[in-house]
Amino acid sequence: MRDGSLEHLKREGRIVVVGASLAGLRAAETMREKGFAGSLTMIGDEPYEPYDRPPLSKQVLLGNAVADHTALPRRRAIDADWRLGVPATGLDMAARRVRLGNGDEVEYDRLLIATGVRARPWPNAEEGALQGVFVLRTRDDGEGLQRALAAGPRRVLVIGAGFTGSEIASACRERGLDVTVAERGEAPLVGALGGVIGEVAAGMHRENGVDLRTGVMVTSLESDPSGRVRAAHLSDGSTVEAEVVVVSLGAQRNTEWLAGSGLGAGPRGIACDAGCRAFDVRGIVTDDIYVAGDVARSPHALFGYQFLSLEHWGNAVAQADTAAHNMLSESTDRRPHLWVPAFWSSQFGVNIKSVGVPPMGTEIMITQGSLAERRFAAVYGYQGRMIAAVTFDNCRWLPFYEQQIESTAPFPPPFSTVDRRSDGIKPLPADFPDPSVPTHGPTITLSGYSPADRKMTFTPGR
Amino acid sequence: MRLVVDLNRCQGYAQCAFLAPDVFAMHGDESLLYNPNADPEQREDVLRAVAACPVQAILLEITDEDMAKMAAPQAVAGAGSASGGAR
Repeated sequence: MRDGSLEHLKREGRIVVVGASLAGLRAAETMREKGFAGSLTMIGDEPYEPYDRPPLSKQVLLGNAVADHTALPRRRAIDADWRLGVPATGLDMAARRVRLGNGDEVEYDRLLIATGVRARPWPNAEEGALQGVFVLRTRDDGEGLQRALAAGPRRVLVIGAGFTGSEIASACRERGLDVTVAERGEAPLVGALGGVIGEVAAGMHRENGVDLRTGVMVTSLESDPSGRVRAAHLSDGSTVEAEVVVVSLGAQRNTEWLAGSGLGAGPRGIACDAGCRAFDVRGIVTDDIYVAGDVARSPHALFGYQFLSLEHWGNAVAQADTAAHNMLSESTDRRPHLWVPAFWSSQFGVNIKSVGVPPMGTEIMITQGSLAERRFAAVYGYQGRMIAAVTFDNCRWLPFYEQQIESTAPFPPPFSTVDRRSDGIKPLPADFPDPSVPTHGPTITLSGYSPADRKMTFTPGR
Repeated sequence: MRLVVDLNRCQGYAQCAFLAPDVFAMHGDESLLYNPNADPEQREDVLRAVAACPVQAILLEITDEDMAKMAAPQAVAGAGSASGGAR
């Protein structure tokens, strides 16, 4: 409705952004770029201005960069009221107010929630608090772990071989440290990329001297009398002595502060429409609350309108931009968030990149290069169409596959002339395990409510 | 100088590693590692790297603090001063 309210909002409205990391910052920049001249409040639970996280498991652990020097470059001044080091603790949707941990309340006309995820802690809190036990998500985590690695521990144990766990193991080996990786699934990365690629990843670990143990769980951590971790006990009865233990069990979404608010938020994130508007618990879309980044889950037309939760750097950037645009647009000018999922990981000197949604794939086909050389491109198929692609040291082909995925190209792909090596002849089962098996979480979660999904139970409110 | 590389966009052409080797380095054949907080003295090299990147993946911000630290302020004018770089 063009009643001037949008102009009023742009001129003197109040926008509050909860979550002062990549998505929050990029959204704020876009809002100012679009001429928002009202008050902008940035709320972040960490005491730091927005910083970049990917270097924390790579450059920082290798000692090539310092954890407190990854502050994100600004595209423009955002002239915001920063409330850092204070978490948001509650939301009053009717009064349009965010409550803060220090008792303050901030009123908004438009709210953007970009609270992201946190590292899943070790389930036994007492063991998790032992000296020498780390998770890796924040700048402080990165600094602490870097210092622990620099001290030259006799052995590092990494629990969970997802992307972060694998990158940590890779950094340890590069620093000449002995490292054991314990993974409940059958191979590293198996939750994100399936068994065929998982086997390649396992080969990379072993060839680089990682003591990789798969199909096992760490059952307990043991400390010495001074409260330092000393060893871990595994489900196969073995014991690994380690001075540093990194718990890398995937992420949890930061939605607890919204409990009871009436917003459609839960352990899988905050549901929103393709335009980033949050749903309330009744399944009705809100007018004034938007979501972006790791904490959001939104339907994607390319992937059967499944709700996708994406823990990807590029998603945070793209969704923040769309959310900010839509917050300041008339309804007919709004844009859908139709970013094709994409991520990268650098480990053991190999560049792994992917587009699309690999865990949706039932089959995989190596289209270029070979698994043995660890330089290849592979595509994932789902119901006769190409749904995802992954490359190992072959990323220049990825835009081609992205375009194929976007145009719902057939699987197996018809182009037989790009490469004729033996791996590429026919589709293989992609071999994804039951998502609950791997220690690490997938970085893409299909979070629609499929009838076959028995993992979630509906708990009505009080 | 703060910088971030969009590594989804990066295709490992290594122009940056060639032009500003103290800030950007290839790690293996295709992976890029970079210092997200480059020394202001690297400014000329980094600006060249930003301009040369075939996929325009480097976002650079030169802060006021960097400007103050720079030895030759007259060099700033031509360089697009504050936030150079691409998406």
